[in-house]
Amino acid sequence: MPTYRSHVLVCGGTGCIAGGSALVQARMKEELAKKGLDKEVLVVQTGCHGMCELGPILVVYPEGTFYTRVQPEDAAEIVEEHLYKGRVVERLLYRPSEKLESVKHYNELPFYAKQNRIALRNCGYINPDNIEEYIARDGYQAMGKVLLEMTPDDVISEIKKSGLRGRGGGGFPTGMKWEFCKKSVSDKKYTICNADEGDPGAFMDRSILEGDPHSVLEGMAIGAYAMGADEGYIYCRAEYPLAIKRLKAAIAQAESYGLLGRNIMGTNFSFELHIKEGAGAFVCGEETALMASIEGERGMPRPRPPFPANKGLWGKPSNINNVETWANVNPIILKGGDWYASMGTEKSKGTKVFALTGKVKNTGLVEVPMGITIREIIFDLGGGIIDDKKFKAAQIGGPSGGCLTEEHLDLPVSYESLTAAGAIMGSGGLVIMDEDTCMVDVAKFFLEFTQAESCGKCVPCREGTKQMLLTLQRITSGKGTMEDLDKLEELAVMVKESSLCGLGQTAPNPVLTTLRYFRDEYEAHIKDKKCPAKACSGLIQYLVSPDLCRKCGLCAKNCPVNCISGDRQTPYVIDQSRCIKCGTCLEVCPFKAIRKE
Amino acid sequence: MKITSLEDLRKIKASATDQTSARSEGKTRIIIGLGTCGIAAGARAVMEAVLEELSKRGLKDVSVEGTGCIGMCQQEPLLDVIRPGEPRITYGRVTVQDVPRIVTEHLVNGRIVEDRLIGRAD
Ligand SMILES: Cc1cc2nc3c(=O)[nH]c(=O)nc-3n(C[C@H](O)[C@H](O)[C@H](O)COP(=O)(O)O)c2cc1C
Ligand code: SF4
Ligand code: SF4
Ligand code: FES
Ligand code: FES
Repeated sequence: MPTYRSHVLVCGGTGCIAGGSALVQARMKEELAKKGLDKEVLVVQTGCHGMCELGPILVVYPEGTFYTRVQPEDAAEIVEEHLYKGRVVERLLYRPSEKLESVKHYNELPFYAKQNRIALRNCGYINPDNIEEYIARDGYQAMGKVLLEMTPDDVISEIKKSGLRGRGGGGFPTGMKWEFCKKSVSDKKYTICNADEGDPGAFMDRSILEGDPHSVLEGMAIGAYAMGADEGYIYCRAEYPLAIKRLKAAIAQAESYGLLGRNIMGTNFSFELHIKEGAGAFVCGEETALMASIEGERGMPRPRPPFPANKGLWGKPSNINNVETWANVNPIILKGGDWYASMGTEKSKGTKVFALTGKVKNTGLVEVPMGITIREIIFDLGGGIIDDKKFKAAQIGGPSGGCLTEEHLDLPVSYESLTAAGAIMGSGGLVIMDEDTCMVDVAKFFLEFTQAESCGKCVPCREGTKQMLLTLQRITSGKGTMEDLDKLEELAVMVKESSLCGLGQTAPNPVLTTLRYFRDEYEAHIKDKKCPAKACSGLIQYLVSPDLCRKCGLCAKNCPVNCISGDRQTPYVIDQSRCIKCGTCLEVCPFKAIRKE
Repeated sequence: MKITSLEDLRKIKASATDQTSARSEGKTRIIIGLGTCGIAAGARAVMEAVLEELSKRGLKDVSVEGTGCIGMCQQEPLLDVIRPGEPRITYGRVTVQDVPRIVTEHLVNGRIVEDRLIGRAD
């Protein structure tokens, strides 16, 4: 085997592939061959780095040079300059802003500096389709250690010691859940991986599955050994075709090495793994609905108890964990529960992956230690608010999460602190909002999602969320009353308390937290018929300022509904009854004579 | 092949580590000047000789990097060796014949090859 002096890692995650990284990879190989460098330089396809926005990403080792937005046309220059002549291609480096120097090395990126990558340890670093690269990074060592040197009880006590809690939203202690399932007596048990990832905007689980599928397989096998299961399912949404493809390849490879299947590593332990593609309804991510869906039934939640640990898939004791939870298992086994528990807060240990989006400069996936403050995430990793506007709120926990405000910026992130503030950890969605965001509109946006996803089985969720949404629609269009506000709050509490499953129980969170922290905004919509952020189209008007208007007529020409009248002699005016608030006039007016109120 | 013991796994790990070793950090680095004059003076052949020598001796923990012109063109080909925690040693007018010597003496035994030495920097 030749020794490659240099490795060129081309990101093959969903984001970068959409940006054309497959062609970049092909062109790199061609150009290297042309220069006769193909025996010295290896091109490797990796999973997502979490900075998809800057993609396609390409990293050149051993230097660790980090190139962004690489296009197929750039391949020749990278080969000629960097790989042949040893000169970094400056124009493709990442530059945080015009004023700052460009960043050469992977580790120097502010986005990475505060991260602590455990669940994401291999993402963007190894070729997910090559089991040997995973093994080179200690892959399957933990499983080997468990099978050959540890009893099931040892494993469970190590996981308990680590303090690991479910990363799928609930935050239930993983070790305890495993113990319940282990104690359940049965001839047949299942382990399940929840890869439904239904939160809009979330992609942490997808990145792990695409970038490091073996870490999930290995974690599940370890769990199965600890609990006495011999069969498992990965329930993955069908919208993740690349994740499914990589999982299938990984399972086949692991089987051919005897790391999955019958008599793993020559022991009595056998574990067979299947993939089940989910239809994509949000509620199917709820564990009882998910198991119903695997069984071929409609994905609807059922009351618990009985809990899956006693009566799960096909009535057998089952354990279900989230993708990120499973990916944390192997490092805990190898480095010990104490090591994992040394990170984080008193009750929330280790790290959590967040999908950082919204009005921050750097968006993407970040894995940070629990206990980090929201301020650090936004301003250190995220680089601050776009255009240096004012921070207004952070929506954390996905559609069932809540909105936090400036007063929470220094709150150390943990399951407890977020719940106390009215939000949740959820699966790790983190949307940052600036001063131009209307909080009533935000609440409406998330409620629209949950309302549409309600499975309809129980009345509070089905009818309650609908009534709440209608009320919000009235308020944002200026027709709300103060009684509406009280009714909204009452309904929200009722839905939260009496819904059957987590969907209904958490759907009111965005409404409740915005009512709690931004009540004045609701009141402005109702009493003054004004949207302070000027975002709710029902409460704004576009007006022509006669003193600024030069009567050019561009607005009238571009208005899609022809509701602007005027000519060189008569002033231009907007007919409010016909205006659809599209904002075109404001954009096209060269003299800033159109204003929004 | 089926893995039936930790020993099997270790073997695969050992051979697989070579596959990814170019990506790990904190190793001995060899840096070769690949500017226009470096290449004209034969730096490519030197680089190839380095790679061959490393693989012949089974030295996996060495990273081989290229760099652009550093303004000492009359001394090309230039080859730098940085062992972890030691100063950067620069050799000049390195020929293909010098490569095995530099690898054995400096990389393996930690002795600087004086007759090619042109600089040292911390
Ligand atoms: C409406 C609803 C949707 C859910 N969606 C997901 C999901 O997409 N992924 C996930 O891992 N857990 C989801 N959960 C949580 C699961 O029910 C379950 O708690 C989790 O898979 C357990 O794994 P963990 O302990 O590792 O977090 C959802 C829960 C509810 C109520
Ligand atoms: S709470 Fe909503 S989603 Fe859950 S069972 Fe009831 S209707 Fe269905
Ligand atoms: S906002 Fe749109 S519809 Fe209203 S006046 Fe301007 S261009 Fe016409
Ligand atoms: S897909 Fe390439 S960085 Fe996310
Ligand atoms: S049924 Fe009780 S939490 Fe969903």
